[in-house]
Amino acid sequence: MKRKLFVGALAFSLVASSLVGCGKKEEEGAESKEIKIGMFGPLSGPVSTYGQSVKEGIELAEKEVNAAGGIDGNKVKLVFEDDQANPNQAINAFNKLVDKEKVVAIIGGVTSGATSAAAPKATQKNIPMLTPTATEPSVTEVGGDFMFRACYLDSFQGKTMARYAANELGKKTAAVLYNVGDDYSKGIAQSFKEKFESEGGKVVEYMSYNKDDKDFNAQLTKIKGANPDVLLLPDYYNVVGVIAKQAKTLGLNAQLLGVDGWDSSELTKIAGDALEGAVFVNHYYQGDEAKEVSDFVAAYEKAYGKKPDALAALGYDAAKTMFKAIDDADTTDGKKVREALAKVEYPGVTGKLSFDENRNAVKSATILKVVGDKYELDTKVDPE
Amino acid sequence: MELVQQLINGLSLGSIYALIALGYTMVYGIIKLINFAHGDIYMIGAFTGFYFATTADMSFIPTLILAMIVSVIFGVVIEKIAYKPLRNSPRITLLITAIGVSLLLENGMRYLVGPDPKSFPSLIDESSHTFFGLQISNIQLLTLGVSIFLMIALEFIVFKTKTGKAMRAASHDTEAASLMGINVDNTISFTFALGSALAGAAGVLVALAWTTIDPYMGIMPGLKAFVAAVLGGIGSIPGALIGGILIGITETFSKSFEMTSRLSDAITFSILIIILLVKPAGLLGKVTREKV
Repeated sequence: MKRKLFVGALAFSLVASSLVGCGKKEEEGAESKEIKIGMFGPLSGPVSTYGQSVKEGIELAEKEVNAAGGIDGNKVKLVFEDDQANPNQAINAFNKLVDKEKVVAIIGGVTSGATSAAAPKATQKNIPMLTPTATEPSVTEVGGDFMFRACYLDSFQGKTMARYAANELGKKTAAVLYNVGDDYSKGIAQSFKEKFESEGGKVVEYMSYNKDDKDFNAQLTKIKGANPDVLLLPDYYNVVGVIAKQAKTLGLNAQLLGVDGWDSSELTKIAGDALEGAVFVNHYYQGDEAKEVSDFVAAYEKAYGKKPDALAALGYDAAKTMFKAIDDADTTDGKKVREALAKVEYPGVTGKLSFDENRNAVKSATILKVVGDKYELDTKVDPE
Repeated sequence: MELVQQLINGLSLGSIYALIALGYTMVYGIIKLINFAHGDIYMIGAFTGFYFATTADMSFIPTLILAMIVSVIFGVVIEKIAYKPLRNSPRITLLITAIGVSLLLENGMRYLVGPDPKSFPSLIDESSHTFFGLQISNIQLLTLGVSIFLMIALEFIVFKTKTGKAMRAASHDTEAASLMGINVDNTISFTFALGSALAGAAGVLVALAWTTIDPYMGIMPGLKAFVAAVLGGIGSIPGALIGGILIGITETFSKSFEMTSRLSDAITFSILIIILLVKPAGLLGKVTREKV
């Protein structure tokens, strides 16, 4: 009994002291405030690599801004929450960040489903929220005025590839093979088809497959029969590698076109040499000689001992953009930061970033070419 | 010409389904269990092959044989630990256990190797041959060749050896077989071993042809092979063969048309429903009355 009492007293005193601690900090804030910014994303679970990459990018941005004296002299502190790419967890993470941690802004989520779930709360609570990577078109719509997006939309990738194939490569006929069980793949396929046809091209085959398919010989045989100039494969690297390999075995000669889901060091391991010369849209190019990019890549390599992928670059840009908006607003008041964010212009690693009236990023796309097991910069395409 | 090409594609896909379906059908024939963990044995085969090929740099034949051996061990151990204690329980208990084993294997493997797909090393230099305008890759030929070889071996074991005879007897009537001096426990283990060996081989063949493997790779092929076994008549070995090939060809053709391409899985599974409605015993299955 005595022991229980003691533990209880200890627990109480701990809670009390932590409360006192909080109070003190806020008082101190008058001179040098700590700016708390939240981040949520899948830090564990099947797509944890996405969340970890974004987190690393954001942490690098945090380190850099604090090393430079913070925002108007106030240190920045990032608080991370795990949503496991699950919409319910994302809402919990959002509530925890806003109600308990009292963050002034949020960078996240990382996956589209989780972001859409939490996005409406951003506008309800007047918390500016900026997703680095959710590409699903409706995210900013359902989120409302406080939901911003730092990457381009799926449809933009499709349109960019269509313009590139029709104008730069001068191709006339195209085939599309997309994943019918995935909105990302479907969205790109559709926007590519519309744009390619409006640019005067012809989509000769528009085929699909199911989410877990591994055998694509049937569709590829059909596509081969139509003999298209280009073949668009809008899916992630693990599927694209398999398709490319089977296409090569079947003797399909079309130029292969791809999207940002291709970006992985595993891609050419799976595909072997079947993707040689294929081109795909991406957010940035690691070997880009522009100063923003080379500085970022060097700093990231120093911090983590590896090359940053596109998600890390997007996370970094999103964090830096948010810092700039808070700096511009000269306050952490949600409404004012939102106004500043809507007007911000930031020369990021993934291209010069600003937001359109729907709070989506307007930025240029990079087209990369697969050479051996590396990528080379092919060209950059500006938005129309 | 495209039609013939699609037929070849379907045949090579179907031979994989047939290899898996054989395991379903043999196990069902002998203990009336739909072994839902069977598709995961196929996954185990692929991963074993992956580790032997990457860490020990083995070539195709030893990889295939070792993958089959490890699959056999898994199959037999699962039977001993999970199914044997339930031999006299209601069939639904066994079925639920099978689903549990399946989940255990999938998630256990995910825990061990992580959820990311792995790329299977190319044990054989891929090349494609052109016959009269048809493209056939050496891997497709290999898949067909190995499948046919294994099926002939199976046919031999089941119909020409003593153990095979015991299997057939036990499948006909377990109780009577045990009264005639057949060691039913060993025979059942042997059946699991045979089925698992075929599934393990299918795993390696598929990994070679489709390059990526992941812990959940067994679910879909497992289900389709199950449909194939039911289509051919569950319990019937030639039925599983025919069923597998038919499902492979149906899937390939439904995928090759824009209209039906997104429905290919729906079409495969509606075959299951139609068969159950029209000819519940399957194409080659015998109608059996429940013994009361």
